Amino acid sequence: MQTVGRTRTHFLIRAWTAFVVLAIYLPIACGALAGLSKGRYFAFPIRIFSTEWWGKTWDSFEIHVLVQNSVLIALIVTVLSVLFAFFGALAFARYPWKGRRAFQRLLLLPIFFPQPVLGLALLLWFNALGISPTWKTAVVAHLVWIVPVVTLVIAIQVFSFDPVLEEAASDLGASRLFTLRTVTLPILWPGIWSGALFAFLLSWGNFPLSLYTAGADSTIPKWLYSKMVAGYTPMVPALGTMSTLTAAALLLGGGLVRFLLRRRAELRAREG
Amino acid sequence: MADNSLSAPAPKLSPGLRASLPVLVLLVAGFLAPLVTVAAYAFATPKSFDVFRSFTLQNFASIFDPSNSVWTSFVWALALAFACVAILLVVCYPIAFGLNKVFGKWSGLVSVLFVFPLFVSENVRLYGWVLFFIKNGVLDGALKWLGFSGGPELLYTPGITLFGMVYVYLPFMLFPMTLGIAMIPRDLVDAASDLGAGRFMIWREVELPLAMPGILIGALLTFVLAAGAVAEAKILGGQSVITITQDIEVAFTYAQNWPMGSALALILVLIVSGLALSAMARLDLDKILGKR
Repeated sequence: MQTVGRTRTHFLIRAWTAFVVLAIYLPIACGALAGLSKGRYFAFPIRIFSTEWWGKTWDSFEIHVLVQNSVLIALIVTVLSVLFAFFGALAFARYPWKGRRAFQRLLLLPIFFPQPVLGLALLLWFNALGISPTWKTAVVAHLVWIVPVVTLVIAIQVFSFDPVLEEAASDLGASRLFTLRTVTLPILWPGIWSGALFAFLLSWGNFPLSLYTAGADSTIPKWLYSKMVAGYTPMVPALGTMSTLTAAALLLGGGLVRFLLRRRAELRAREG
Repeated sequence: MADNSLSAPAPKLSPGLRASLPVLVLLVAGFLAPLVTVAAYAFATPKSFDVFRSFTLQNFASIFDPSNSVWTSFVWALALAFACVAILLVVCYPIAFGLNKVFGKWSGLVSVLFVFPLFVSENVRLYGWVLFFIKNGVLDGALKWLGFSGGPELLYTPGITLFGMVYVYLPFMLFPMTLGIAMIPRDLVDAASDLGAGRFMIWREVELPLAMPGILIGALLTFVLAAGAVAEAKILGGQSVITITQDIEVAFTYAQNWPMGSALALILVLIVSGLALSAMARLDLDKILGKR
């Protein structure tokens, strides 16, 4: 009796999960459809499909500037947040030190904080400092939120790491830098890579922080929002879909690299 | 020996503290300092910019003035956040359970499917729902095509605002909950079952208490984020509901009344951080994130 009940429960859980996944991707599919329809205004069922709006979006100079801004911000945020988070993760998970629990809690606060409010607070702060907001201040804003996330991602990898390995290396006479390069980094690479991927993608898709802290500079999500509120064109769903596809490609490519990194580490462990 | 003399003062700082310094500096300069600025502005003369130079309670007096209707925004924001958490607890529990115990080797893929939307900005996803629910949109058009009289008018209501919040914050409930359920040791459930406990009893007496830290983090995170939400009410809700964050935004932008916006933000931050800190104090993060 119990196995019958369990099979039925498991079936219901699978069905519910599939339903929720479909619901999650439904609006993304609607956007893709709207970007591919020919008319100026969206109507379903779509009568004529066309790549006209994709072409216009692709050729638009205004959009090129947006993409450049978004890529530049995301790249800088990725590099800086991995640097910050690597050491942050060691402090979070590796070393037993006095302030560790307080540090762990402080680190979570920006994640447990409404982003629009954080963006507005940063706007006030930049103003009080006499800094006028540009894409550079948006980088700072992104870092405040993304560094804690990346720190957690890397910290999970650090938790699975045995400090005895580092101690053994140093007992055998390796310098701190040599230990870092040959022991610590290779073990932590998968976590660092995931963290970098998270950093880029979270910055790429961030809307509330960019809205308030980028000043006159625009990013893709910010521009999309301004057109949603006033002046819809099918370029909005077209650009939204392009941005989503870019993120998906990065996630796939990044996942593949992570898989290869892990396999190489396993092979090396077997040989060693 | 030269090396030794250089590194001699360093051991005063423990390695952990030293490693935490870059992040600490970032958080002090980019998180605590802005909050202090907001707090300072909250006590400045209304509609002025003389922060740190004036001290007045006028902003709070006008917020708590019974003739001011701004309290409705607080009530809306907190009520919507509360409802959002309640719905997400029910929606996510079966999925989190499935990720741990049912999907097996597929759970990695399923997790990725739930993570990915986090990388698509929420306005794009919410706008997709507008295209779905709008007149002549996907739902309305499909129903007409099938011969019905058209879809229901759901857009621009408080209900759709709540729906948008549930949609956007789902991953923030799901993943902490999944980590929480992963903390339930299998043998304990088996033992309870061997001792004759029914399934509901096992769930209530064994599984739920053990998974509670993760569930609590998820509930807290979604509550905090939902209480500060604004895009859902604007894009899907068509401003049929004004949330508190929108009032703050208006004060900061169109109204150019930064002290008032700061006072509102300060109240919201106090509510939110009071909740966050009180719950966080009881959690053991090492255990939740999988320290051996």
